[in-house]
Amino acid sequence: MNNPNKKRLRRTMMFLNAQKPGLLKDPFLYGPDSIMLDLEDAVAENQKDAARFSLYHALRTIDYHGCERVVRINGLDTPYWREDIRCAVAGGCDSIRIPKTESAGDVRLVEEAVAAAEQEFGRPEGSVLIMAAIESARGVMKALEICESSERLFGIALSGGDYTKDLQTHITGTGIELMGARQNLVIAARAAGVQCFDTVYTDLNNMEGLREDVETIHVMGFDGKSIINPRQIRIVHEIFTPSEREIVFAEKVVREIDAKKAMGIGVFTVDGKMIDIAFYDGAKRTIELAKASGVYKGEL
Amino acid sequence: MEIRKPAMAGTLESSDCQVTVEEGNGRIDFSLESSVIHQYGNQIRKVVYETLSDLGVENVRIAIVDKGALDCTIRARVEAAVYRSAGQMDDLPWGGAIR
Repeated sequence: MNNPNKKRLRRTMMFLNAQKPGLLKDPFLYGPDSIMLDLEDAVAENQKDAARFSLYHALRTIDYHGCERVVRINGLDTPYWREDIRCAVAGGCDSIRIPKTESAGDVRLVEEAVAAAEQEFGRPEGSVLIMAAIESARGVMKALEICESSERLFGIALSGGDYTKDLQTHITGTGIELMGARQNLVIAARAAGVQCFDTVYTDLNNMEGLREDVETIHVMGFDGKSIINPRQIRIVHEIFTPSEREIVFAEKVVREIDAKKAMGIGVFTVDGKMIDIAFYDGAKRTIELAKASGVYKGEL
Repeated sequence: MEIRKPAMAGTLESSDCQVTVEEGNGRIDFSLESSVIHQYGNQIRKVVYETLSDLGVENVRIAIVDKGALDCTIRARVEAAVYRSAGQMDDLPWGGAIR
């Protein structure tokens, strides 16, 4: 199973209520990398059925212009999730997001239902990917086994609201309460070779706070962030897209390492900084990210 | 499909429509309220009749209050109302009668 979308660019993943036609018709205009069509918390209990029809036809009809379409299904402790998967896979979604994931078994249960739906609706095996949201202390402690649970799993995401409730604290805006979970999740994701996404920033009027939050998770190693409003996209993309200076430096590092390797030189300087082979993968990753973000004009 | 009990789906929010179905008098009785009825009334009617035909509904009184819904939204709301009326939430025919 080798789905090329596993490693696609996912700086922003924008939540949209699948029950609201006004939100579903044109979110691609704002340019998020992924949209998250929500059948879970955003949809009232008595609208779960109607939301599926809305989701199905939006997936089938609306051209999202290459924006990844992730569907957040209802929890595995509800009577809804199996039909959610049938609906989403039949509609043509790209990925399924599992809420409240606490074990590898949760992922495998969803994986089986996704595979069955692919077969039922004539979609190629492995075409639908999975991501797991971690929303509890138990989930954080099981992060590595969750990350390694399925070939379909492209990443994990922290869901801060439920997680802090479980931890018996609350979102402060400083990030202190999320530090352990963030660190644990990103380490587990990297160890397993999957992506890692941060929780939403809920104060829509505090753009400086958002910027600080995104700068923190960027430095920590996250791949992107869940967002709840188009206004948040620009800041996240700005921070997650390599700057011109970073790209030029990465090009120099790659070229110099390639050249010096041929000459048998292992350590040297680029722009006054000591460089060795350990910098190679990081520089390559910067260039790949620049390419995926559409800002790379070089030839590497 | 048979309309077993009155049911409603959708909202009166912009880009949405509210659909009400109840048992008819042996035929399809269609009524529409829309601020764009003169421009899109025929198109909305066509989508509703096509959807009912796909679902095999021939005996229904159906009322639509449109707030600028796309065709795909109209289909979704009609289907939701019909399946609510039938009391069916699972094992739905995605890609079959729902298309």
